Amino acid sequence: MSSMMNDPMILRQIIMDHGQNPRNHELSKDPEYKEKHMASDSCIDDIHVQAKIKDGKIDDVRFDGVACTISTSSTSIMSELLIGKTIEEAREIIKNYRAMIDEKPYDEDLLEEAIAFQNVGKQANRIHCATIGWDGMEALIDESEENHD
Amino acid sequence: MDVKRIREDFPMLKVKSKKGYDLIYFDNAATAFKPYSVIDAVTKYYTNYSVNAHRGDYELGFTVDTLYEEARERVAKFINCEKKEVVFTTGASFGLNQVAYGYAGKHLQPGDVILTDEAEHASNYLPWMNIAEAKGAKLEFIPLDDNGMITPEQVEKMMSNKVKIIAIAHVTNVLGAEIDIKEISRIAHEHGAIIVVDGAQSAPHMKVDMKDLDCDFFAFSGHKLCGSTGVGVLYGKYELLEDMEPMLLGGGSNARYDMCGNILMKNPPYKFEPGTPPIEATLGMKAAIDYIDAIGMDTIYTYEHELRDYMLKKMQSELDNVEIYNADVESSIITFNIKDVFSQDAATYFSDKGISLRSGQHCAKLLMDVLQTPSTLRASLAFYNTKEEVDHFIEVCKSINKESMLDVFF
Repeated sequence: MSSMMNDPMILRQIIMDHGQNPRNHELSKDPEYKEKHMASDSCIDDIHVQAKIKDGKIDDVRFDGVACTISTSSTSIMSELLIGKTIEEAREIIKNYRAMIDEKPYDEDLLEEAIAFQNVGKQANRIHCATIGWDGMEALIDESEENHD
Repeated sequence: MDVKRIREDFPMLKVKSKKGYDLIYFDNAATAFKPYSVIDAVTKYYTNYSVNAHRGDYELGFTVDTLYEEARERVAKFINCEKKEVVFTTGASFGLNQVAYGYAGKHLQPGDVILTDEAEHASNYLPWMNIAEAKGAKLEFIPLDDNGMITPEQVEKMMSNKVKIIAIAHVTNVLGAEIDIKEISRIAHEHGAIIVVDGAQSAPHMKVDMKDLDCDFFAFSGHKLCGSTGVGVLYGKYELLEDMEPMLLGGGSNARYDMCGNILMKNPPYKFEPGTPPIEATLGMKAAIDYIDAIGMDTIYTYEHELRDYMLKKMQSELDNVEIYNADVESSIITFNIKDVFSQDAATYFSDKGISLRSGQHCAKLLMDVLQTPSTLRASLAFYNTKEEVDHFIEVCKSINKESMLDVFF
């Protein structure tokens, strides 16, 4: 991992950039996309996450909704990170992201820009914001595998 | 009013934030801190006479029973009604549900109308929505004016012989607007309707007088007026209490019953109070009322409104990064947003600087469409807040923007 990614200023820019210009921030009407509605019961984050998963590969991820900067940004980064990955790769990334949030050892190379959220665990009331999109995505992956079986 | 001396009565005001800041608590509309006298009343119950009320065949039981009924008497004096019109509940939410299910549920006919509005707390909206649906009645909304107020004129326009119930807040919980309940009660009665008032935000901050307001039901919570959590009051005109079904049945609320299905209920208020109540909380609420009355409700009202004016003027004159939603409303609440910063991100930043305030929709989800924002920040003041706290708040507001709000994560 480059030393640039240890610079708080850079990490801050990453969160702001994805918060203000979220990627993949438009839902698709294509029926091949499966969707999860993720509405927090502790705050007003209310997003829809979509994924198009085919033959064990994540072809696309999209999301939209009303949410704070932390959840918008973390979901945007998640979408970029997981598009094009196999389900196995995606699960590994999600596992490491969760480890980071829980302040446990993780592989930062796997997480790329998502390491911007490495300190969210210190603001316990915001952990949910940083994981709501990821939770939605994991549920979509779980479902895709259930349907596959 | 000597705020410095009053602050000495509240142990919570000595608590420091994680980073060592003095705690600045601006979430009083959610719940208020408790003075030592309330805490003492609670522990005194557990220490000295920790037995059940109502059913004492022994000395301590009699003591508690007496104290419990004295608390009822105290509440009656506080809101100016008869003692038998005071029903102890678990809080305003329960009281409002009790009226919706127990009174409206008994009396509403298909086609009847319940009037409410978009500024209501969920507790004074969802029960009505449910009971309207169950009874084939209609829920209609009194339009809010530009300041989020409900005026008697607007209520008058909505009235018809179909309107049976008006359910509104005395003071709304997001904007803090004070509604003219007295006049709206008059209008309701003129048209043969009853009025149910959510007093959760008014009872802690202003004199509420049941005889003067002439409302039919009035619900509030103990914890927002510096009392314990878990207890509240439902006031009802006695003949209406008699004409209402209890939502819960159990020990203590019936006189006798048999195996043929006959139940003889006790008279109000006791028929609405089955099971063992939170006795310590009820005694705590009494202590809170004593405390508040010793300062004087009018003194509290004046102080809180002056402090709010001070805060509002400072925000308007010194800050260019805030949007205020209720500047034109008489209130002890300021509802606002920091420009370009989502409310919850801002709340985390404030919290990091020792300031507790609320972000989100404040249980009034319908209102956000009126304000045209998905969520807001809400600073709600109490009589123990100070100008110094407001000054610190203003400085924190100045330092927050879309970049700095991420400081807390680095």
